[in-house]
Amino acid sequence: MKLTVGAVVLPGTSKKTKTGLWRATRPVVNTKTCNGCGICVLFCPDSSISIADKTCQIDYEYCKGCGICAHECSQKAITMQEEGK
Amino acid sequence: MRKTSVLEGSVGVAEAVKACRPKVISAYPISPQTHVVETLAKMVAEGEIDADYVRVESEFSAASVVYGASAAGVRAYTASSSQGLLLMTEVIYNMAGTRLPVVVTGINRTVSSPITIQPDHQDTMAFRDAGIIQLYVESNQEAYATHIQAFKIAEDHEVLLPVMVCMDGWILTHCYEPLELLAPKEVDGFLPPYRPLYPLDPQNPVTYGSFADEEVMEFRYMVHAAMEKARAKIVEVAEEYRQQFGYYFGGLIEEYYSQDAEIILVAMGSVVATLKDAVDSLHNEGISIGLLKVRAYRPFPAAEVRKALAKAKVVAVLDKSLSCGHAGPLALDVKAAMYNAETHPIILSLIAGLGGREVDLQTVREIVNRCRAAARATDCDFFQLRSELV
Repeated sequence: MKLTVGAVVLPGTSKKTKTGLWRATRPVVNTKTCNGCGICVLFCPDSSISIADKTCQIDYEYCKGCGICAHECSQKAITMQEEGK
Repeated sequence: MRKTSVLEGSVGVAEAVKACRPKVISAYPISPQTHVVETLAKMVAEGEIDADYVRVESEFSAASVVYGASAAGVRAYTASSSQGLLLMTEVIYNMAGTRLPVVVTGINRTVSSPITIQPDHQDTMAFRDAGIIQLYVESNQEAYATHIQAFKIAEDHEVLLPVMVCMDGWILTHCYEPLELLAPKEVDGFLPPYRPLYPLDPQNPVTYGSFADEEVMEFRYMVHAAMEKARAKIVEVAEEYRQQFGYYFGGLIEEYYSQDAEIILVAMGSVVATLKDAVDSLHNEGISIGLLKVRAYRPFPAAEVRKALAKAKVVAVLDKSLSCGHAGPLALDVKAAMYNAETHPIILSLIAGLGGREVDLQTVREIVNRCRAAARATDCDFFQLRSELV
């Protein structure tokens, strides 16, 4: 691929960079306690959480493991676990 | 119809910018740039230019406004001096990197501290490595021509780089002299409308200032390659200007009696005009002296400099700025250009005119004496040799 003049590119290309690889700790959802309120969706700085079937779904391809979701969850339904364990 | 009148240099620049029909002008006033942007503001207010004049709170903002305007797809202009130019530095690196053809007048004034409003080239030298083309002008008529040429060079799709027209403050900007202004139709015929490569458009969005990690080297190389293309373009546009309007001030360089001269002076900006007078006087006294004017500082005309200095014995490079701890920046570039040349004249780095100190015929006489002494010096001089015995 040839580089563009001035590095001007089409928008939305950051989707191609799978930033989930940066993660050191991963959020794990307890689907029994999660009530699907969506507060984690609002707080996630990487837009990596969505709600489906009344429970939150984490997109691990982009989640960088910051832990904000776990901190904000009123039901304590998300816990952070070290990657690779 | 062309018009000749006695105008202040600043007004001449404003007239040139007006003739180029910019759509956005943004600036923050600073001496000695003030009269340029003041005149342009008045021209916009009175409907002489169909443009937005954006008043801002700093030079950083002024540069950012013209950056955005250029990305949006219109011709944009700004000007500053000294500290104001330095405040634009970060934005100008971005302009070059994102290849936006903004024209900036760098109205030369020295940099604090100590604070003064007097001219030298220290401010514009800070942009040497930014990726902005730099053209230094000698006279007000050249400043007028060079602004019109600058937009044409910058906007060429082979180039697409910002251009800084460097012009000595006060000496040129506040000097009144006869200036011939081209007819608007002539300029329209010379300078086509700006065709942006990637204009910002909500219907077809693009990202400016994107992230690059692995390819920074390639993008920087592309700016360098565009500078290489600009070399030919600067020469071509100057030649076209000569053919259409009869004015020529040099392409990348201009030579003045340098063909067979033993001593060659090298300089940029308004001091070149003083040196031309000095060379004339010294010629009449039988001194073999010539002059090389460097008009394009970036891209640097290394090949042209090598050719022009090939036969010289001593070269004196006058810098109106200083790379503290080393030498004059222009002298360093001239030396670097000559290293791979076939002949190697002695090259002296002479700093003159800092903070507006006068460079006159007496200064040039002293320079010539230095050059002659340098020409006489040998690799091994005998100290207190009793020459009467040998």
